[in-house]
Amino acid sequence: MPAPEQRRIIFKHIDEPGYTNDLACYLRNGGYEILKKSVQRKPEELIDEVKKSGLRGRGGAGFPCGVKWTLVDRKSGKPIYLVVNADESEPGTFKDRYIIHQDPHQLIEGIMITCFANNVKLAYIYIRGEFPEGARILEKAIAEARAANFCGPDILGTGYGCEIHVHRGAGAYICGEETGLIESLEGKRPYPRIKPPYFPAVLGLYQCPTIVNNVETLCHVKYIADIGGDAYAKIGTPNNTGTRILCVSGHVQRPGYYEYEVGKITMGQLLNEVCGGPLPGRKFKAVIPGGSSAKILRFGETFNLKNKDGSTRTLTVEDIPMDFDTLAACGTMGGSGGVIVMDDSVSMVEALGNINEFYAHESCGQCTPCREGSLWMKKITRRMVHDEARAEDGALLKSVADQIAGRTICAFGEACAWPTQSFVQKFGDEFKDYAAEKKAENDDSLELV
Amino acid sequence: MIAPPKPDLITVNIDGREIAVPKGTNVIEAARQLGIEVPHYCYHPKLSVVGNCRMCLVEMGMPAVDPATKAPITDPATGRQKINWIPRPAIGCATNASPGLHIRTTTPLVKDCREGVMEFLLINHPLDCPICDQAGECQLQEHATGYGRGYSRFIERKNVKPKRTLLGPRVMLDDERCILCSRCIRFSKEIAHDDVLGFIDRGSYSTLTCYPGKKLENNYSLNTVDICPVGALTSTDFRFKMRVWFLKQTDSIDAESSVGCNTVVWSREGVIYRITPRRNDGVNDTWMPDSGRELYKQVRVDNRLVSVKVNGADSSLDIAINAAAQLLKEGAAAVVGSGRSSVEEQFLTKKLADALSAPAWLVSRVGQGDGILLSADRNPNVRGALVTGLIKELPSVQLTALGAKIDAGEIKTIVAIGEDLAAAGLTAAQIEKVRVIYLGTHASATSVAAAVVLPTLTPFEKSGTFINQQFRLQKFHQAVPGRLGATDDLVVFAKLVAAAGGPALPGDIHALWPALAAEIPSFAAITFANLPATGLVLDSSPWSGLPFVEGPTLHYQPAAAAATP
Repeated sequence: MPAPEQRRIIFKHIDEPGYTNDLACYLRNGGYEILKKSVQRKPEELIDEVKKSGLRGRGGAGFPCGVKWTLVDRKSGKPIYLVVNADESEPGTFKDRYIIHQDPHQLIEGIMITCFANNVKLAYIYIRGEFPEGARILEKAIAEARAANFCGPDILGTGYGCEIHVHRGAGAYICGEETGLIESLEGKRPYPRIKPPYFPAVLGLYQCPTIVNNVETLCHVKYIADIGGDAYAKIGTPNNTGTRILCVSGHVQRPGYYEYEVGKITMGQLLNEVCGGPLPGRKFKAVIPGGSSAKILRFGETFNLKNKDGSTRTLTVEDIPMDFDTLAACGTMGGSGGVIVMDDSVSMVEALGNINEFYAHESCGQCTPCREGSLWMKKITRRMVHDEARAEDGALLKSVADQIAGRTICAFGEACAWPTQSFVQKFGDEFKDYAAEKKAENDDSLELV
Repeated sequence: MIAPPKPDLITVNIDGREIAVPKGTNVIEAARQLGIEVPHYCYHPKLSVVGNCRMCLVEMGMPAVDPATKAPITDPATGRQKINWIPRPAIGCATNASPGLHIRTTTPLVKDCREGVMEFLLINHPLDCPICDQAGECQLQEHATGYGRGYSRFIERKNVKPKRTLLGPRVMLDDERCILCSRCIRFSKEIAHDDVLGFIDRGSYSTLTCYPGKKLENNYSLNTVDICPVGALTSTDFRFKMRVWFLKQTDSIDAESSVGCNTVVWSREGVIYRITPRRNDGVNDTWMPDSGRELYKQVRVDNRLVSVKVNGADSSLDIAINAAAQLLKEGAAAVVGSGRSSVEEQFLTKKLADALSAPAWLVSRVGQGDGILLSADRNPNVRGALVTGLIKELPSVQLTALGAKIDAGEIKTIVAIGEDLAAAGLTAAQIEKVRVIYLGTHASATSVAAAVVLPTLTPFEKSGTFINQQFRLQKFHQAVPGRLGATDDLVVFAKLVAAAGGPALPGDIHALWPALAAEIPSFAAITFANLPATGLVLDSSPWSGLPFVEGPTLHYQPAAAAATP
């Protein structure tokens, strides 16, 4: 089956010749019209549209956006904050930065609609420290929007006011975790909070109810406010509505970002047709479907899934539709949409070593299993790669990872354990034979001398 | 009359046993009441909950109800309501009791969680127990023994961190031993209000440190050493001095102010090595000031009074008592009692003053209160003098009125108990004019000038009671013996009372208490033995109008402040 056409909603103007990130260009393309319409509606109506749309968060967890908004404590009498998570730091993910760089007003419009719907008077964009240009662009865009009354004390003459501030991170992956982000925003070390009791919807920023949404999610909100929740729910597949941006990197002919209706394209179509297949003379070996913390899929493995009617179907990796639910049923996740492809030139031990280096470096160090476990796993894979590997190291790695997942304060525990668990589970032989292979390789090189 | 509201009790089930606990109790505390230990490091009952050590992971479940009808679902196997167990373990410290909460602490999952956390905590720990001061009272040792696997799978290199960082004058940090529980950080911020500690770097390389240019030098810094579950924070005073398992623990009271922090005195073979706080939720929680921990140093110093003296020459107790009696028989005596004496001694001082028909005085000591555990009244037992009737009004800092009486020739002999009369405002000429019978622990201008010197004991060398600012009667016990051949203070006091013509009273604390209980209404039915370890709050209403000098402390509100809502 040929791959479907891209459906560019969020990325409509990305890379469009002549399209610039200033307000004038955005207005020429119909910008802020949806905001103008939205502020004439009742806020509850807008929340209802988002609920009906079935929009799921695009940051990684895929939590339904409407439900998140419903959970917000509106009776506390405290102000409600919106925090825009622009700390796009999951390795393999590069979607939000294009929105910020090329179409920042789209994000600001989405933010303002969300703020209006939730009676938010103050919004923060928490942008990762490695995006200095993005921060400058956003500052400029906010100033433009403020000058044109799209944000500020009296938006479009309605009397409703809302300010947006850009806050730059200082370079830590954990600041993408929502409660870590909130701590960082408050000026503290980004130690994720324990939940319960610190659910952002109740006790978030400055202990006030807070909505934390991803950049891409808020852009979808703008689109939903335009076409309505019911129309949006028809895009994509049931429970996996809308479009999502897939960021493909690694060993394919045409890596890049592609926007498709959720679940309408399979992994095989994406990699083989859209991305042009493997590099010449190579075969796909494995793929991580949702950013580096998602569990890896091995080409050649199959998945027996239950259908709704009770029957079963068998899927290969190529058959998996790129949605939230099927990827979860296959033991991994859609995550942040970062698809990392590896071909048969890759050593899984070394690839895992790379991932483990990252997570050991990024563990905040607050709770024991992640702090000690992530570094231990890194030390093991580093020793395997650069020093002496042992046949039992694979099993040890898995056991260490098992002691982390599910036992930490935040989801980083799973993020750092899942790669190790899945690499060892799916490529166990490679870990077992790594010592012997390396020895053989070294013996070869000796002969050359 | 409205009955006081009953505390909200919530029944939870832990390992199959039910217990009713007040609302807000967490699983660790609820389990503790059942005698079930939930091991933990970062949780401390008096600090905020952060849940970072993950040692207290337990299995949690709630009774199953039908989602539609909310009717309980019964488990056919047991006939009881089915429990939905949550597959993901929860931390006991942040899980508060809720109706029907079920907890399991003995399942394979919980065992595995604890083994995992223990292994993680130990892989980068230096395991230098043989040279570590914490050994013997180290939770890492205890929980490794109780809940660890007993072997290590770690063959990589351990992290290297600073081994000897002086955080302040009294606290030394070994970062390699630190398990990053953040108790010390939370204590400094929440209790001492001196937010100088924090972590730098991240992951397993996180390092405890002091804010640049600052020191951990507040008067509560040593509490961080107490609450450190491992040997990361050690006391520069106690470090490398003694193994804790050789030390004898004696319950005592911090005598430096009217707060009366409950303490433990740690001694071996008659030598005190350290003082630590003893938990009393009504007084000092689990804290005490650093200054109170130094008090033991006054026990073995060169200027201790060690021998009975009459007119400057060494003598014996009976001869000295006789000499004192001769002086007192001449009349015109005055008694200067002490707010540092125990209740029992003040009772006997009162008897002495009554026997002599002499006026009694007390010397006030006032310092700066810190609002935590050091009050403005630096006498531990002024209220004891009120309750025993030794004084009727609050003492002043200077004995000016007594000086005037001396100048007027009304006073010829002064019995000074522990107070240096010169320091209390009498001039050298005034002291010259009277004869002094001095009972005290350390040499002073008064002891040099005294006609009779009767050496006494420090609170570490005797037993007794103090009444603190809350009118809480608290007892302290003898931790170490006094100097060789020393007579107990109560014996000396009792002999002096008898010699002055007063009643014959026992010089033993247990034998003396029936007399106190009989004579003083506040002490009715109290004996030294039955006084609880955490003290007994007495009725303070007879003295409620007095202008006490103390401001608020941790568990004390001045009457004036308490009255205004």
